[in-house]
Amino acid sequence: MKKKFVILDFLLKHISMFFAYTVILVVFGLFLVLLINSSSAISHFGFFNFLTSNVWSPAFNKFGGLIPLVGTLFTTIISGIIAIPIALGIAIFLVEICPNSLKTPIGIAIELLAAIPSVIYGFWGLFYLGPLIGNYVQPFFNATLVKLPVIGSFFYGYYSGVSLFTASVVLAIMIIPFTAALVRDALKITPNLLKESAYALGATKWETILKVMFRYSKSAIIGAVLISLGRAIGETMAVTFVIGNQDKLPASLMSPTTTVTATIANEFTEASSQLYLSSMYLLAFILFLSSFTLIIVSKMYFLRKVKN
Amino acid sequence: MVLTQSKWVRAVAFFAVCIALLFSAKISYAGGSINGAGSTFAYPVYTKWAFEYEKATGNRVNYQGVGSGAGIRQVSQRVVAFGGTDKCLTKEELGKRNLIQFPSMVGGIVIVVHIPGIKNNQLKLSNAVISKIFMGKIKYWDDPQIEKDNSGLKLPHLGIVIVHRADGSGTNWNITYWLSQISRQWNQKVHYGLSVNWPTGVGGKGNMGVASYVKQIKGSIGYVEYAFWLQNHLTNVDLQNKEGKWVAPTVATIREAAAKANWQPSKGFYQVLVNQNGAKTWPIVSGTFVLIPKEKSPKYKQAAEFFKWGFNHGDKAAEKLGYIPLPRSTKKLIFNYLRENGF
Amino acid sequence: MSKRRFLNYLGLTVSTLSALIGLFFLFWIIISLIYKGFHYLNWNVFTQNAVAPGDNGGGLKFAILGQLEVVGIASLIGIPIGLLAGIYLSEYGKDSFTSNVIRNICDAMTSIPSIIIGIFIYALLVVPMGNFSALAGSVALSILMIPIVISSVDNILRLVPNELREAAYALGAPKYVVIFKVVVKEAIVGIISAILIAISRVLGETAPLLFTSFNSNFESYKLNKPIGTLTVTMYDYAMGPYDNWHHLAWAAAIILTFSVLLFNIASRLFSYWRFSH
Repeated sequence: MKKKFVILDFLLKHISMFFAYTVILVVFGLFLVLLINSSSAISHFGFFNFLTSNVWSPAFNKFGGLIPLVGTLFTTIISGIIAIPIALGIAIFLVEICPNSLKTPIGIAIELLAAIPSVIYGFWGLFYLGPLIGNYVQPFFNATLVKLPVIGSFFYGYYSGVSLFTASVVLAIMIIPFTAALVRDALKITPNLLKESAYALGATKWETILKVMFRYSKSAIIGAVLISLGRAIGETMAVTFVIGNQDKLPASLMSPTTTVTATIANEFTEASSQLYLSSMYLLAFILFLSSFTLIIVSKMYFLRKVKN
Repeated sequence: MVLTQSKWVRAVAFFAVCIALLFSAKISYAGGSINGAGSTFAYPVYTKWAFEYEKATGNRVNYQGVGSGAGIRQVSQRVVAFGGTDKCLTKEELGKRNLIQFPSMVGGIVIVVHIPGIKNNQLKLSNAVISKIFMGKIKYWDDPQIEKDNSGLKLPHLGIVIVHRADGSGTNWNITYWLSQISRQWNQKVHYGLSVNWPTGVGGKGNMGVASYVKQIKGSIGYVEYAFWLQNHLTNVDLQNKEGKWVAPTVATIREAAAKANWQPSKGFYQVLVNQNGAKTWPIVSGTFVLIPKEKSPKYKQAAEFFKWGFNHGDKAAEKLGYIPLPRSTKKLIFNYLRENGF
Repeated sequence: MSKRRFLNYLGLTVSTLSALIGLFFLFWIIISLIYKGFHYLNWNVFTQNAVAPGDNGGGLKFAILGQLEVVGIASLIGIPIGLLAGIYLSEYGKDSFTSNVIRNICDAMTSIPSIIIGIFIYALLVVPMGNFSALAGSVALSILMIPIVISSVDNILRLVPNELREAAYALGAPKYVVIFKVVVKEAIVGIISAILIAISRVLGETAPLLFTSFNSNFESYKLNKPIGTLTVTMYDYAMGPYDNWHHLAWAAAIILTFSVLLFNIASRLFSYWRFSH
């Protein structure tokens, strides 16, 4: 009987260890597979030329990643600009303002927003948000913001409703709940003692939130925001529907462009030449590296605070 | 302890059996089954045929519209039993990949617009104008160059938005080939291909992506296959054909173009139908082609059988979906061609 | 003083408004789904298979069952691996260097774009096997599940008080008995809730299936053949020319969204129940 225990213990330990290490294997495999498959594009165009070339022309078999990479960068940043203030507001509401009895249901409802499949967001963006932006927001911009000097041209566009802006708004709605949940958890770590001393010194609630809670959990909040941006970088289906899929650098906020993920979703099965396919692997490889780095960096930010 | 272990063993065995069942070739279904992939253009008809073919013979054909480029690639790698493509391969390409090729039907591509107040067949766009529109040189609908051919129409001052296919496709190949034929500038700057670098506009995925963008965006112009135009109530425009005559996209004008085809089995039926001669031909017409590997294998034989069945029984279904079946004389050529290649 | 009070009210109002905006979008999306798709939901959708293009009627049975199969197999692969790996991290690895590396990699993996997993499996399984297959789709989904399960199991097990483990050891129980009969049993509700979350996360995935399990028009559940799934079928139908397809696509969107939400809510109820006990 004793012997059996020893064997089972040994088995459990080593099988579970093996599974835990498979995670490292998978990431390593991912790295290798993407690298090997993109090698012909790297050797043909050169890695840095690929990064800086804005020609994506299957007809002439020439590929450069600048446009999709810039599209990904822009959608991520703009969606962050829209989502972060709202997410911070939601987090503050949930931690400090909401009556206790409503905290759970409202918190759950907002988190459910994060659970809706991304392809549904895409449909919704295409059939509801896109037309709304094309028919109302764009004419409004054209009548107001576009008339301003300098920044006006950023908002100029046709009444198309499929643009960098639409994609960023859809992305923003997708990451709001996720960011809000992370920021809420970050805010909660502020010790009550600190808050109470702030109140005792005569600070208003808002001042306490801004000057005590935010300052205390600053790095955790930065980490949370970076993690959410990491989510936005890799989103595929929702963006593909509303970005406009145009291999052009965006001339304004309201013009169509493309992202790394949309290019892959549209063209991966269609690629007829080896170089074409390899260029798409290279795009995927760059995306993988950047999202991985972003998450590791934000984890370090986030963890440092939580561990303290 | 012993009891729970035997439970585990039983559970594991149960799952093993389930998975083995899922891998095994036949569950509750006895006929043969082949896969095909390629042209989205032909997808509705092949799938319709496949459903009727299963009823008639018990054999299954799973065809997926993944695009012509993917169809050519997959059948060349022998991942599927047949490929569908709207861009026909030349004799040399066929020889290199050891494939046979024949057309299965013909269809038209329609230029559609969304301009308030404009109805079907009202707007006329000449070859010079339409190539400039797609190049992004003409930016508004009330441009004098457009109004010249449309003196009776009141065109609004509205920006033009080009809607093109975002994915690579045979429809792209045909439309860009046509643009290259009618505009030297297009041929030099953009050229033609399954996917090209469009000078301007927005890209929709698939015909439906283009159709829904055209429906939503005021001032848009795009191109879809005839069947999508028929189903989606989009507004078409009249074009100029090779002889300079104005034509509307109808079954008759598309059939006219198909009749001009000079199918030659020795060339693997290589024939581009874009911009054919004739006073009544629609300029953007395409055959859709089938690629089958030459090797002797029951899979490939079944693929050929499927198309033989389709040629004999499928004309009505194709017509109902907005496609033009091949004339009987062409079908005869194909049957001979198949026989010569051992099918 | 009044400026401070004004700022206080302004800040608090803006925060409340943001919460309302979040809720507004949730309701807008759900209501527009119901508005568009509810009247196309009927029994035929669940009991009929696809019909030929252009014909009326038909349903999504093949796609619903296909989705269940792909997600089911993915769970069969992903959950045991994730569970055991999570147990390793919390019970054996603890705070060792490699365990922390694995933890960080897991967190990074939960954010890897799912389409990249799709093309990874395409290169790894589909090309060598020579065709698209249900199995490839399941493997892709399981790779998405594993890090989620590992992270949450690890976190949940570490919440189990050490006294419980020590008491069991004191009774002379071997380690695997302690782990399964004491630690896991104590945390079982949390583990189930983590598993449900992982399933709900992959249930709505489309991008990784596009290049792996592909699609099929026929009812076919073979693991080594392409299979129709709800997400990919919905995408295809929405992109097709026929009104009937669009109706089915909206019905599919409703079925999908509500089953994902159901899994999500179930998981939350589980964890709520855990805390209230």
